[in-house]
Amino acid sequence: MSKTLMKGNEALAEAAIRAGCKCYFGYPITPQNEIGAYMSERIRKNGGVFLQAESEIGAINMVYGCSATGTRCMTSSSSPGVSLKAEGISYLAGADLPCVIVNVQRGGPGLGTIQPSQADYWQTTRAMGHGDLRLPVLAPYSVQEMVDMTAEAFKIAEEFRTPVMLLADGLLGQMMEPVSFNEIGGENKDDGQSSPNWAASGHKNKREKNIITSLFLDPIELETAINERFERFEELRAKYTRSESTNTDDADIIVTAYGSTARVIQSAMEMAREEGIKVGTFRPITLSPFPEKALKEATKSAKKVLVVEMSMGQMVDDVKSALEYKLPVEFFGRQGGFVPGPQEILEVIRRMK
Amino acid sequence: MKNLKQYLIAGFGGQGILFVGKLLANIGLISDKQVTWMPSYGPAMRGGTCNCSVCISDSLIGSPVVSEADVVIAMNGPSYDKFIGSVKKGGAAYIDSTLVDSKYDGDDITVHYVPATELAAENDLKGMANIIMLGKLIKESGLADSETVKKAIEASVSAKKANLLAANLRAIELGMNS
Repeated sequence: MSKTLMKGNEALAEAAIRAGCKCYFGYPITPQNEIGAYMSERIRKNGGVFLQAESEIGAINMVYGCSATGTRCMTSSSSPGVSLKAEGISYLAGADLPCVIVNVQRGGPGLGTIQPSQADYWQTTRAMGHGDLRLPVLAPYSVQEMVDMTAEAFKIAEEFRTPVMLLADGLLGQMMEPVSFNEIGGENKDDGQSSPNWAASGHKNKREKNIITSLFLDPIELETAINERFERFEELRAKYTRSESTNTDDADIIVTAYGSTARVIQSAMEMAREEGIKVGTFRPITLSPFPEKALKEATKSAKKVLVVEMSMGQMVDDVKSALEYKLPVEFFGRQGGFVPGPQEILEVIRRMK
Repeated sequence: MKNLKQYLIAGFGGQGILFVGKLLANIGLISDKQVTWMPSYGPAMRGGTCNCSVCISDSLIGSPVVSEADVVIAMNGPSYDKFIGSVKKGGAAYIDSTLVDSKYDGDDITVHYVPATELAAENDLKGMANIIMLGKLIKESGLADSETVKKAIEASVSAKKANLLAANLRAIELGMNS
């Protein structure tokens, strides 16, 4: 049997190990504890390091140190814990260090709830730390994508020397689905310690020393570094911007959502189509860079757009701006850990018709 | 959502609610269906009521969270009270009548009463009332053949508990004949 039933969190951890992740640093928080638990056993059996840090801040700074040596590494947390990592993430971005950071979102603000949420969209795509920085953000919507995107996240991180965020939620972390690991390997299937030419990895005086820092007191140096980093992000935008459109050709209404909510809008679309309402769906897979062109393309025949999120409405800003405020955009959201049901989305669609 | 079947399984912590849900999901997986399994997580897992949602479908499953179920398995009183109203019209409920005193008053759903906890105790299958309930469900719904069920049990039982394979099979059979 090629597929096995696994929880999203465990599948993600297994995928990271298979993608050559050598070190995991984390601090426990629901609903992503299975990642650390799985790593504590399996990454060590694979010759890697699992380290439960003293705090989220400790963990992200261990990632900084580990990545600086050119070793493939990651950390994971959930919303309140990710806020604590923000300073370290800014430093990682400022020092051009590759790593994967997973956020299995729960409700906020504050300690909020342990139930699923998508209320960290703004934080993740806009302000994941201080300073001028743009991070690539991937949003899986199934357990299989938790696997595939983890492998891809490491690849992007190393190709563009940047921290990559994987934005999941409690639903994806906790649910089990059939999953296959066949696709993982390829480019990432080295030892995860290939010692790239920028790494501070020891050189026995055979080359110039590498300095890993985010401090640039010379204005010209800092401006040059930032400009170069943003040029890299534009390359990344051209190469990796991803989305998925369904039934958009004849659609009057386009419903858009990311992550686990994007599953529910598929059901709502099917129900609406059965009633003769021409609905299509659009799912951003990369939230940053946001798939603006693809969204424009998907809404060509649409008269209205509906955005569904487990928040008070955050991605809706990106949708409006991508559509240049030319189409009416409505929003439906649930909070507190509630996952919107297909029926309640269908009712909004009926009203919009 | 073609042929989507939504299951809600509920009881108290320790009855193997999550495990029997996983077994059900594995039956779906082995039958080449799309499946999802979603636990209630958090404080409810520690000794209180516990439930999980399982969806089995021919096509992509939207929400893995089940609010209205085709089938409810209720294994204690509080679960019965909480979820009996969640059964869709024409759906079915499977009740562990050893631990649930209530009887359903109505004919819009089919209700099966199985004294599963008692049957488990009598047959040296302590802790396997959950599997007995699933056996009954398999019999009444024609969910899967015995070969599929056997494979699903093998896929669900961890290597450490491989010695319990035979007991699980016996519990399924007991439920089918109850």
